[in-house]
Amino acid sequence: MVENVKALLKAHENLKREVYLDNENSTVVPKEVLDEMLPYYSKKAYGNPTLTHKPGWEAFETIMESAQKISKFLGAKILEEITFTPGATEANNLALMGAAFANKHKGTKIVISEIEPINVLHVTDLLKKFGFTTTKVPVDTEGFLDLEKLKEAVDKETVLASVSMANNEIGTLQPIKEALGIVKDKNPETLFHTDASDAYGRIPVNVQDLKVDLATVSSYKILGPRGIGALYVKEGVNVDKILEGQIGTQKLWPGVENTPLIVGFTKASELAFQDFEENVAHIRKMRDKLVDGILGELADVKFNGAKGDKRVPDNANISILRCEGEALTIELSLKGVYVSSGSACSRRLLQPSHVLVAIGRRFSEAHGSILMKTTRYHTEEDITYVLEVLPSAVNRIRGIVGSTGVD
Amino acid sequence: MSRVPLPYTQKVLDLFRNPKNLGKLEDANVISVAGNPACGDMITFYMKINEQDVIEKISFESYGCAANIATASIVTEMIKGLHVENAWKDVTWKKVTEEVGGLPSVKFHCGILAVGAVKRAIRKYYEQKGSAPDWLPKDFTFEEKQALEEEELAQKLSKRLKAAEEK
Repeated sequence: MVENVKALLKAHENLKREVYLDNENSTVVPKEVLDEMLPYYSKKAYGNPTLTHKPGWEAFETIMESAQKISKFLGAKILEEITFTPGATEANNLALMGAAFANKHKGTKIVISEIEPINVLHVTDLLKKFGFTTTKVPVDTEGFLDLEKLKEAVDKETVLASVSMANNEIGTLQPIKEALGIVKDKNPETLFHTDASDAYGRIPVNVQDLKVDLATVSSYKILGPRGIGALYVKEGVNVDKILEGQIGTQKLWPGVENTPLIVGFTKASELAFQDFEENVAHIRKMRDKLVDGILGELADVKFNGAKGDKRVPDNANISILRCEGEALTIELSLKGVYVSSGSACSRRLLQPSHVLVAIGRRFSEAHGSILMKTTRYHTEEDITYVLEVLPSAVNRIRGIVGSTGVD
Repeated sequence: MSRVPLPYTQKVLDLFRNPKNLGKLEDANVISVAGNPACGDMITFYMKINEQDVIEKISFESYGCAANIATASIVTEMIKGLHVENAWKDVTWKKVTEEVGGLPSVKFHCGILAVGAVKRAIRKYYEQKGSAPDWLPKDFTFEEKQALEEEELAQKLSKRLKAAEEK
């Protein structure tokens, strides 16, 4: 199998330009972040932060200062409200399972939106085995939560509601304050969690202002290293730890703290918030150029998700009709343009993106969708190049499709 | 809802980039379709079968992934010039998979669908003729059953979706 991949990679030789737009699934880590991290592997703070020696105390100091910074960026009250986890997947697992288990005596109902990320959906599936039931609240054609249905879904038994601040696939920004108000009106005891991974670094996120009990953020979603994220747990909110092991500086997550990754995540946050307005304006400009270009160049395309300021500035999601998404991602890759698709061509019965289906897209529209996210590092030339190669790539795939696959 | 790595072979990549016998066939006398756009997986074969029951010309169109395109393309090369009986008996999904240098297991269904579409075309040819030869089995073969199953599942899913919309 590795041999196959070597041949695939060889087919990518002599690319004249490469533009990475698959920032939903992994990102480049900028040099400034790497430079910040590297000394923590061998020069300083490489000790275990719970031990009584200089490298240990250095690590302790570093982790506490990082937690302090992240808590400031999130608008948390105290640094103890931040728990570093190995990523958003783990943070969401901790939030949902931890809150459910710690509060089971109050009820066994959970409410989420229909378009929560896969990890939230899978955790709620797992929680069934522990006696919890989950109601999925529908969204409209732009991905906005049906607040009436949310109100209906919450009752005295509801222990937890979880709604992502920004949807990871279509970028729609939920009215979190309003949703939280509705939930707490029905049941003040219900904990409110938001996965803010796709909002953090793109729009202001202030957990005290939002009044959420729990919030997830992820490092790689803001061009930090993979393998690190954080869960905000409001002071006084009961959450059980979900893994057993040696407890160190964090009472909700066992194991030895990964100081270099924590440093990288913190540096990536600093870079995102330094010149925040300009960063966001640039990201938006690149995204808009990309979207306007595609909608202008290609016939039979549909923009997915909310528009304007109800959408995060980096997300572009477009359905290209009569074009199968996996085939298109390969065709684009051979031209040095890297995107992902909502076509789930990896199962026997190929179920496409649950998010696109939830907003009412036909299956074929979801199979032909591409997801792209711009960053502050993209240039006008990058986007121009994408707009240059995309039409011919789409036309070639549409040429293979012919009249087949038109439903 | 999970992803799997898809390390396609060189042959799959080659056929994806340069598919053989692509497009409609103007003088086709049999056209068969398998799959469903809802699955993101659909193949159309166009065939010209002559009076000696030989597949003189064949072409395809594919709405699907790289594996779907590659298997459809290789099938056209494998059965072009064959008597329909040989095409029926010799071209199995396993052979198709071998011919493209192997497929990730989640993509086996692409080869199955392509062969299912060929078998459908051959049945259709004899239906149009009004007589079936003795070697043609009455019961559906594995590939035909699988193609049907995939289509039925897609329809069920689409129906469920429509029902949800109407609610």
